[in-house]
Order: sequence, then structure tokens, then C-alpha cells
Amino acid sequence: MNANTPIPGNSALGQPMDRVDGRLKVTGQARYAGEYPEDGLLHGSVVSSTIASGRVVRIDASQALAVPGVIAFIDHTNRPHIASYDEDYQDADAAEGSPFRPFYNDRVLYSGQPLALVVADTLELARHAGSLVRIEYETESHQTDLSIGQSDAHTAPAETPKPRGDFSGAFAQAAVTVDSHYSTPNEHHNPMEPHASTVFYKADGSLEIHDKTQGTQNCQDYLHSVFGLEKEKIRILAAFVGGAFGSGLRPQYQLPLAVMAALKLQRSVRLTLTRQQMFTFGYRPQTLQHMRLGASKDGKLMAIAHDAIGQTSRFEDFAEHVVEWSGMLYQCDNVQLSYKLAPLDVYTPLDMRAPGAASGMVALECAMDELAIAAGIDPVQLRIANFAESNGNEGKPYSSKELLACYEQGAERFGWSKRNPEPRSMRQGRQLVGWGMAGGVWEAMQMPASAKASIDSSGKITVSSATTDIGTGTYTVMTQIAAEAAGVSPQDVTFVLGDSSLPTSPLQGGSFTVSSVGTAVQQACRALRAKLLDAVRMAHPQYAVVDMADVGYGDGYLLIDDQRFAYADIVRESSHETLEVQIDAKPDEKREGYSTATHSAVFVEVLVDEDLGTIRVNRVVDAVAAGRVVNSKTARSQILGGVVWGIGQALQEESQTDHTLGRFMNHSLAEYHIPVNADIGEIDVLFVEENDSIVNDLGSKGVGEIGIVGVASAIANAIYHATGKRVREFPITLDKVL
Amino acid sequence: MNPFSYSKPSDVTQAVNLASPASRFIAGGTNLLDLMKENIARPEHLIDITGLPLKDVRPTDSGGLMIGALVSNADLAWHPLIERDYPLLSQAILAGASPQLRNMASTGGNLLQRTRCYYFYDSTVPCNKREPGTGCPAKEGLNRIHAILGASDACVATHPSDMCVALAALEARVHVQGRAGARVIEFADFHRLPGDAPQRDNQLGDDELITAVELPAPRFQQHSHYLKIRDRASYAFALISVAAAVELDGDVIRDVRIALGGVAHKPWRDTAVEQSLKGQPVSRENFVAAADAMLRDAQPLAHNAFKIKLARRAIVRALSDATLGGTV
Repeated sequence: MNANTPIPGNSALGQPMDRVDGRLKVTGQARYAGEYPEDGLLHGSVVSSTIASGRVVRIDASQALAVPGVIAFIDHTNRPHIASYDEDYQDADAAEGSPFRPFYNDRVLYSGQPLALVVADTLELARHAGSLVRIEYETESHQTDLSIGQSDAHTAPAETPKPRGDFSGAFAQAAVTVDSHYSTPNEHHNPMEPHASTVFYKADGSLEIHDKTQGTQNCQDYLHSVFGLEKEKIRILAAFVGGAFGSGLRPQYQLPLAVMAALKLQRSVRLTLTRQQMFTFGYRPQTLQHMRLGASKDGKLMAIAHDAIGQTSRFEDFAEHVVEWSGMLYQCDNVQLSYKLAPLDVYTPLDMRAPGAASGMVALECAMDELAIAAGIDPVQLRIANFAESNGNEGKPYSSKELLACYEQGAERFGWSKRNPEPRSMRQGRQLVGWGMAGGVWEAMQMPASAKASIDSSGKITVSSATTDIGTGTYTVMTQIAAEAAGVSPQDVTFVLGDSSLPTSPLQGGSFTVSSVGTAVQQACRALRAKLLDAVRMAHPQYAVVDMADVGYGDGYLLIDDQRFAYADIVRESSHETLEVQIDAKPDEKREGYSTATHSAVFVEVLVDEDLGTIRVNRVVDAVAAGRVVNSKTARSQILGGVVWGIGQALQEESQTDHTLGRFMNHSLAEYHIPVNADIGEIDVLFVEENDSIVNDLGSKGVGEIGIVGVASAIANAIYHATGKRVREFPITLDKVL
Repeated sequence: MNPFSYSKPSDVTQAVNLASPASRFIAGGTNLLDLMKENIARPEHLIDITGLPLKDVRPTDSGGLMIGALVSNADLAWHPLIERDYPLLSQAILAGASPQLRNMASTGGNLLQRTRCYYFYDSTVPCNKREPGTGCPAKEGLNRIHAILGASDACVATHPSDMCVALAALEARVHVQGRAGARVIEFADFHRLPGDAPQRDNQLGDDELITAVELPAPRFQQHSHYLKIRDRASYAFALISVAAAVELDGDVIRDVRIALGGVAHKPWRDTAVEQSLKGQPVSRENFVAAADAMLRDAQPLAHNAFKIKLARRAIVRALSDATLGGTV
């Protein structure tokens, strides 16, 4: 089917094409889940628990119901029927265990748990009435403190690689060792757009739902099993998503609650969470990590042990890849990894950008810096000396790994060779200057995905898949991939997504959308091109047996000998209004012999005020190896966003818990700090050339996660270089360097 | 947010006549609206004062300036007379909030900002300031951002304003009008320490409206500096801030004002320390001694001991920057 003889000229792939949805977004025409209007639409407001553990004795809604304009009050005693079995609540990203069931019974499992819903004519009335609901509890003791809960930790259900070699023996014999503890805090995703669901109740009882999600079909399946509704009667739409970062991977509670209200009232209902309620579901879990490295005098790693404890809820075991990286990034024969979970009276954590890697790589890459100092070796040279050609966890070679080029080109761009290795040796006036670096790694996964492509008699191509665009640029890159594969200009392609009725797509996450959906789009468009050729063969007997490989294509034409066949003409001459194909794409079998991963090298300059401790990240160079870059502009934006988040992770972000109350307390964007423009200096992103014919036909690995990985470590390492202080508890706020 | 009625009077007398314990004046609303959305402020009646004629900055007979209560924070910070004669005030205002907020926020409203204590801002947990008698979880809880000076058993909250720290150093006066008439409150007396009534941030009566803030004749325009230390470069409340204003006679300190933000329930001054610096030469040793003296009675909580060290260093830095461009 491959017709790999494109007419030379403009390839859509790799171009810095503007976002196809950019105009809609900046002109306010892009509608988000909580913005779809309908006459008579009702509004819900969630009433949340104020205790961390116990049960609801009584809910008094009389004052709320007395407010004119309040339509209904729903809690666990009067909700519509919902499923009884755990498996009915287990979505495509569920953690192991018993998923949270909103309004299931009187149990309170965490502070902030939704306990009741007020439905009213307007949002303001619903929220006011919600504030009048009085809940009486029977309070039980709770524990939200990981430093105490860690003593009850159990091994995570995470298939952590088995030990290899003899860590203890090798560590004992190592000439240079590092033995350090690190901690990373809880963090909440805080996308700009709060979670919202608008449920349109149709005349036939079916539900058309605009939801903030990273998986329309995941939500459809969830509602199907939780409410026992026919799938055909549930359509989930997510045309635009205002950031998600993982927070939309699982169906969030506003969705089933809005559906409950719609079903109970047989009316359309919208439920939008408040910013405070954005702190009442999944988050990046706090970790406590112990890192031991042993090396020879010349810095060759002889022993690595990485032990991590993460927090989870009492009802689910949320596991992420925290320690795996320590067994795969560097060459080392004696490796021992462990990963435990400590259950607390909190909600279950959730994947957040580079889940596991963003926290686990903090320990590995800070420890590598400590090792470099202990061994008296330059941190870049230390990493080069320990470069791994193959993934030690899997015993497989990497399909490609241009990490050495990342080190080299990143160091060159940054000016690393001018670094004086001595801490506190560089300064600008009152500012101590620190240069630090770290490496980054993320898996390059691919999931099964489907896509449909059709062409009409004007030569316009429509390609669709149920995936979403959470701001990453999916609309745009899929348009480019489709244009390239079909042989048309991007202007002639429309990509449709965010609709559960479209061809099957995996959740949008894990940096695998380009790899998974992109491959499906590519294959669908190639198939469409083959179908166009079939139509030519039918219509022009002289070409009935022309071989695909002998057919050129591009600019909306097939080229056979000197004959040009415009796609529009081919469709017009066929007996169909449109030609259409749908394909199911799977990861290629050739991947199985390889490990596939993206890599990066991050170089950072910090300025630390020597008296006041204020820290500024003045300059970042991030050199990334992610295979082929589909759109150099949106890919750069992904890395920029990741680096900015890495700066927040290093210096600012932390969901702070009052353990007496068992509650997150800084639940606003005033007090939950993320970087503002003024915090951000120069960020230089460079993509090193990496050819990969194994990972997928696009040769593209995805860039959603890799931008954040390593940034926090590089900053911590730079702070050490500036101040001589090694801070191992994140975030590194100024009080820790005073 | 609870339902409320709304009126928009056109003169000050009308406005104060509408006022009651259940009403609130609203100007920019940059803090009050947040408090209402969080169910912390639940006024039954809002009196929109944006129609009142309180928008001028005009010179006073004593050589100072009278700033109308409705002058926006942005207009005030960029006002040519403020920039020229009171650069300390300009710097302090621009160190606060964001451009959007400063465009909306008023001079009078800035004085009435409420604390950013996490517990005050969460209506589901106890807080003596929000609901007197319920307790103060911050004392034993998350108190990294809380007070080190002047706190009480009932409350360890800090005042969040930057502008007020500069106004305290400049010894501004607050003009207010109530039903009983007008009065003038010295800035040092305007805000309260929490004591056993932390619900009261200031001395205003329920019917009293701030009409103007008066600045005395400028004396410190040559040697002043506002230093704000926070967890990010913008849009964060001060961990520590220092308004330093010095009048020099050669290298001898003729007069000095030091006000601290982020340390107490109100902008913090210590006139005895200021007095002790008068007549002393500009020197790092003198600044360090003053800083030590200002923090002598500081009481740390579990998470904010760093503020004492930071405040000391910040005072020295601010005085140094104010006097000799940071060379001592």
C-alpha cells in the first residue's frame, strides 16, 4: 500500500505551521465544556466534605431548597441508581483498587469529597444555596501525613524491574558513593479551565455531553457502566480542552454528578467546579526517595539503588514509574529498585505531566550531580562516561538515543565549558551565579488507534479520530501528518476530534498521541490515496495494473507516467460522492526488540541573592532528542511549557496539607504558586537530529512530557553550584537557602 | 456568594447614610469580590462608591498631597508627583498585585485588604478573624507566611498590603467620614494588632468611609527604597517587605523611617529604633544594630523562623539601598 514516491516539494511535516485552531481560540470562538448554552440549562454546585474521614449522619438542605430558583438537591440518599461493582467504575486510567464512587453512600474518604449537589436556575443561585447546606458528621481519626504513613507502606503494584547484579556488594566496594534522601511534594494540575460538564438531555433520553476530558470514549464507557445506559445514548464531546496535564485522564466527579442531575430531572445540566474544588481530586503524589550511587574513581557507575515511597489513597493504589529511570538511563550492572505506596486519608493521586519521571528523575539527577562533585568529575562528562546503549531494565537496545548529542549540543549552546566547577565561585554583584545540568528521559509509547479519512469532490479531505487536543496542538499536527500522507496541502485537510462517536482513540496522554493517533492518521491517508488510485485504475483501463510504487503524488494529484490526476477529478468521476477509508493502527512488531524513549539534557543558570535567598532561573537550554519533530513550533511550545513547569516544580509548587484538618489549605492560584511571566528568563529549546525507523513510520516519539523532566534537578544542581547548599526537599523555596 | 442589594450613591453623605453593619462599600472589588465568592464576606447590601467625587490627587496647603480614596493604584503609582516626590510609595504599589488588579484597585480599598491566611480564606475551617471564638488553626498549622511580631493567641495573620507599608513609613493620614462627621486617623493608628478581637482589622466604624489619604510634605525622595521579598517575582504577597526612608545630612542620618510588611497584623514600625538611628552615620554596623533591635521581640512559629533572619537582612539591604545605592 505504501506509495513512497512523493513529488518533491513542500513537505508539511516538520514545518512550524500555526495552530489551525489558533484563530478560534484567540478570538474566543472556541467553546469549552462549561460554555455550551441551551435555553433552560440548569446549573449545579457541589457541596464538599470538610472532614477527612468519617460518615455523614445528616444533611440538612432545607435552607438551600428554600432559595427561590433552586430546583433540586441530590445526595447519596436520593441519587439515581448507580453500579455496585468496582469494575463498573474502573476507567481506562484507573489505579488498582476500588475507584471512588461519588454519592455512593455515607462514607467520607477525604476532605473535599463531593457529598451533595444543588441544582438551580443559575450558577450564582446554585452556589449560594450550596453554602446553606448543613452537614452533620460522625468524625473518625485520619492520617494525611506521609512522613508518618510511610511506616505502613506496601510494595506498589507496578512491576518494578527485578534487581540485577549485586548492589550491596558493589556499593560496598565503590570508591565514590552518594547516599541521599530527597522529597517531592503533592502538586495539583491546575489547568486554566476548571473541570466542567454540560449535559444536554435530549428528547429521546439520550445524553450529549460536553466534558473536560482527555478521553471522550473513556468517559462514554464509564457512564455506560456506572449508570447502565446504552452506549448509543451517550455521546461525549470535547472539541477544545483548556489544558489538562493528566487531570482529565480519568472521568472526574463533576461528570457523573451532572449526569445524575440530568437523569433525575430529565433536563440539561451544567456543572463547573470551582478553583478550590480543583484541589479535590487527582494530583501528583508526594514522594520520599532514597538514592544510593556507587562509582569507580573515574566515575563509572558500579551500583545504583533507588527506593521510593509515594502516597496513595486508602481505596486505590496509584502507581507511576518513579524508580525505573534509574535502571535504564545509565550503564550499570548492579541495580536495585524498590517502590512502595503509603495509603492515607486522601483522594487517589493521578498522572501529572511526566508522571513518575518528573519526581523520580529529581532524585537520580541530583544524586548524579552529588556523585560528580564527590568524584571531582564534570557533571556532563560523568553522564557521558555512563551512557547506556541499551535499556538495562529490559535488556534491549534503544531504537535511537541521541542523548550524547543532547549533552554536546546543549553544553555548546549554553557555554558550559566556561563553568568554574567551584561552588560560590561565580557572581554578578550580589547575586551568586550557579550553572547546573541534568538529563531527562521519558518512554516513547504507542497505543492502538483508529482513524477515518474521506475526500470529497472538491478534493477536500476530512480525517477524524476520537482523540482530544488538550492544547498540545493535536489538531495542527494531525493536519500536517494527514496532508503529508495524502499528498495534499494542509489547507485542504480538516481534522476532527473530541467526539466519542469517532474512530477509537486512546486517552490523550503519556506523549503517545502523535505516535498512536498520528500513525493511524498516516495509515488512513495512505489508504485513502490507494483508494484514489483504485478509482483511477477503474476509470482508466490503461492503468489497471499500474503499481503503487510507480505512482507519484503531491499537491492533490496522482502522477502516473506524465499523466496528472487531480484528486477532486478522481472523486467526481467515481460513482461516489466521497471516497472514505477507516483503519485500525497498531504498534509495529519491530518495536518489540527495542526500548523506545525520548531524552534531553537541560542546562540552567540561576542567580541567587546571597543575603536574601531569592532564586531566579535566568537561562535554560533544553536539548531534546524526540525523533522526528512534526511541527517545530508546537513542539517547541510543548518543551517551553514543560521547562516553565519544571521551574515551578523546582522552586514553587506545593499543595500544602494541614494534617490536623487533613485538608489541602493553599487551594487558590494566589497561594498555590506557579511561575508568572516575571519568573521566566531565557529558554532556548533545541531539537537534536534523531532518526528512528523503529518507533513508528513517522519516526516521531512525542514531546508532551520530556520538557519537564530533568529541569527541577538541573535547577537544584545550579543552586548548589551557586551557594554550596544542597537542598533535597522540593520545592526549593528561599527559606531553604538562607 | 449570598444575594445582596446594590446601590450607587453620588455623594459621600448619601453613601455613609446607606451604610450599616450588614453593608459593604465596594470600589474596585479586587478583594471584596473574592471574599464574597468564598463566602467569607456576606454583605446584604453593596454600596458602590465608584460614582463619588474622590478621584483627585491635589496638593495640600502644607506641601503634601491629598489622594482621593478612589484614585486607582495604577494611577497613583504612575502619578508624576508621586513618582517625583514619593518614589517609595510608587515602588511599593508597583510591587503589589498585577497590572490588571492595580488598574481596578482603589487607594481606600488597598487599606482594607484582608489577610491572605489560608485558614481565613477557607470558610469550612475555624478562624478567629472570620468567626470569632472558633480558634486559630494557623498557630499550630501551616504558618510559614504568618506573623512574627505583634501577634496574639487569637490570631497570627499578617496584613497583605504593600502600599500600606510605604504609607506607614511616610506617616500618611487617613481621612474618613461617617454619619457623625469626618475625622482624620494617623496611619500608625489606622490598622490594629489582633489582640482578642482579630475580626477587626482597623479602627473604622461600620458607617465610616475612607475619603482620602493625605501625604505630608515630601522629605525622603532622595533616599528611600521599597524592598519586597516573595516566593515568586510577581503576583505574590510579601514574605517580608521593607519601606526604608532616610533623610541625610552628609553621611549622617537626620531622620529615618523603617516600616515592615509581612511580619504583623499591620505595617510594623518601631519609632524607638528609628530614634536611635538619628544622628548616627550611615554604616552597615548601624543598620545591622537597627535591624537586630527591630526584630528583638520577634516570636517565630513552627514554619516562619526564617522570617526573622530574612527581615534582618532585608532591613539592612533596604537601608543600604536607600542611602548609598547599596554600597554598605
